[in-house]
Amino acid sequence: MNFMRKITYAQAISEATCLIMESDPNVVLMGIGMDYSSGVFGTTSEAFNKFGAERVIDTPAMENALTGIAIGSATVGIKPILVHARNDFMFLALDQLLNVSSKWNYMFNGNAGTLPIINRAIIGRGWGQGATHSQSIQSVLAHFPGLRVVMPSNPADAKGMLLSAWRSSDPIVIFEHRSLFNIEGEVEEGMALTDLGSSKVVHEGGDLTIVATSVCVHESLLIALSLKALGVSVEVIDLRSIQPIDRSTILESVKKTGRLLIYDTSWVNFGVGAEIAAIVAETDDMNLKSPIVRVGQLGVPAPVSKPLEDQHYPTYESVLAIVQRMMARKITETKSIPPITTGFQGPY
Amino acid sequence: MDSKNRLFDSYVKMVEIRAFEEKVANEYPKGNMRTPTHLGIGQEAVAVGVISEREPADVIFSHHRCHNHFLAAGGSMYSLFAELLGRVDGCSGGRGGSVHLVDRGVNFLGTSPILTQAVAFATGAAFAFNFRKEPRAAIVFFGDAAFEEGTMWESFNFSVLNKLPVLFVCENNLYSTESSLEKRVPQNTSFTEKARAFGMFASTCDGNNVEEVAKQSRNAFKHIRAGLGPYLLECLTYRTREHVGPNFDYDLQRNYRSKEEIQKWMTKCPIINSGEILMQVYGFTEIELLSINKRASEEIERAFNLAEKSPFPSLESHFDHLYGV
Repeated sequence: MNFMRKITYAQAISEATCLIMESDPNVVLMGIGMDYSSGVFGTTSEAFNKFGAERVIDTPAMENALTGIAIGSATVGIKPILVHARNDFMFLALDQLLNVSSKWNYMFNGNAGTLPIINRAIIGRGWGQGATHSQSIQSVLAHFPGLRVVMPSNPADAKGMLLSAWRSSDPIVIFEHRSLFNIEGEVEEGMALTDLGSSKVVHEGGDLTIVATSVCVHESLLIALSLKALGVSVEVIDLRSIQPIDRSTILESVKKTGRLLIYDTSWVNFGVGAEIAAIVAETDDMNLKSPIVRVGQLGVPAPVSKPLEDQHYPTYESVLAIVQRMMARKITETKSIPPITTGFQGPY
Repeated sequence: MDSKNRLFDSYVKMVEIRAFEEKVANEYPKGNMRTPTHLGIGQEAVAVGVISEREPADVIFSHHRCHNHFLAAGGSMYSLFAELLGRVDGCSGGRGGSVHLVDRGVNFLGTSPILTQAVAFATGAAFAFNFRKEPRAAIVFFGDAAFEEGTMWESFNFSVLNKLPVLFVCENNLYSTESSLEKRVPQNTSFTEKARAFGMFASTCDGNNVEEVAKQSRNAFKHIRAGLGPYLLECLTYRTREHVGPNFDYDLQRNYRSKEEIQKWMTKCPIINSGEILMQVYGFTEIELLSINKRASEEIERAFNLAEKSPFPSLESHFDHLYGV
């Protein structure tokens, strides 16, 4: 019997990082707090212990220059991995990230080389992290051609996408949700790659499609399992890659189910869900049985106060109510599923 | 190389660059160069003086006013003309335009027009050289307004902290677009002193005197190659044309600087001045110098005529190089 070991999301990132750094002497890990004992939620400690301060570099607070430094170093063969312990700090790096790195290969017609820069960016949620520590900026970045944007939802993809990012010649942003670091999953040993441009059907169903990102995949799976017992067959797609986006997997599923709910970690306006809804709306013969629904954070900056914060994110009950409306049938559910962040004692 | 030959070579290079830019200025109104172009006329001594002192393995980055640096580094006139004309043989395939130049063959690794982007690139390349223990330096050219951006100071701090082999070259030409220094920095501000406050070695020089620029660059490279960290060379210079485009400000009734001021600086022309030295100190004749001008003009005409024959990129190539592999 084949026994696949289980490791956490954080361990999977750490393992991939060490594999890359062992294989490639040109890889360096840079950012704030790389060498702290907490090791960016345990993802950089092993690399620091193995490769030392020369390759795992605790940098000053200098997000934009650091991204430019990564670009300059990449023009002479370095493959930097930059880590932003909160993706909100990446706003300071957007000039170099969007104005330069996403365009470099294209605007020099390939003559200035490629920029294989990996940006790891962590999304927060809950525990009163508030307006400037719990944003989720994937759709902002995905707007810019030339950048890859991915959101692994499980340990295998967290490892596999990091490895594939290293193999790729393109700049990439990997969004890691803070709520995922302790979840366990089966992860292959060695160079187990995950494709960077594809989505994955993680639960098959025929009545309704949920396209979910990152931590929302787990919540969608719980919903799908519960609804199955109640006679509703939900298909869950783990979007995984935001840019480029896997149109065919989405369209195939929605053609089958006729109903689409998009569940993303960010606000719905101008977001990932808007893009997916547009893709479906622009396609012939979709024959939708219900209007498309987008689910995400309420359209305000995340408030700190607990009752408001609780209301800020979708819940099992709120999504269930939406599904009920989309299915145009009453679903009698008695149990309640707590949000994925429940049980975390902080501090982040 | 002795100082005579050194100055002669610099003179030839400056004449070529000036003639190139004047050709661009003449062609520009015809509308075939559809790319906002920042001419470097008047500032040639900085590019030539610094780059004449680099080792071939040293890498160069630059900002929006980058033709001087591209050509001084040995980038081809043909590929620059073709780039300005949007042709497939342009150094960036016609995709980049005037402010996105590259020629990796001469270690000219890229330019970018948003202030201080390239400052960070050079810091990054220098980081790579230090990391791999390669005896190379990175050079970056930027204007005085770069000192108004935060990335400048982040890069300064990081490069001093890690003793990175980078030469920061400021082309202080007194104006950012049409804003004078007085409007942008407090009185008596010295960029050189600011750099020193970061623990960086820094000096100021007459950026219109190519021998002076080269001399100070030699010192700077010596310092950098000794592992002592980055160096700021602030070069005081002046652009004679408008910020972007081929015209003189006074012809367009712009009043942010006077015609008299521009004409005063034109008498400090780096080419005229080094030509005087070549004749008075080193015994060159006026005819010899004029023949350099003539040769440069002929070469430029050839390159331009050829570039005009380069095709436009194919429409099928529109998506090429968006992603690599």
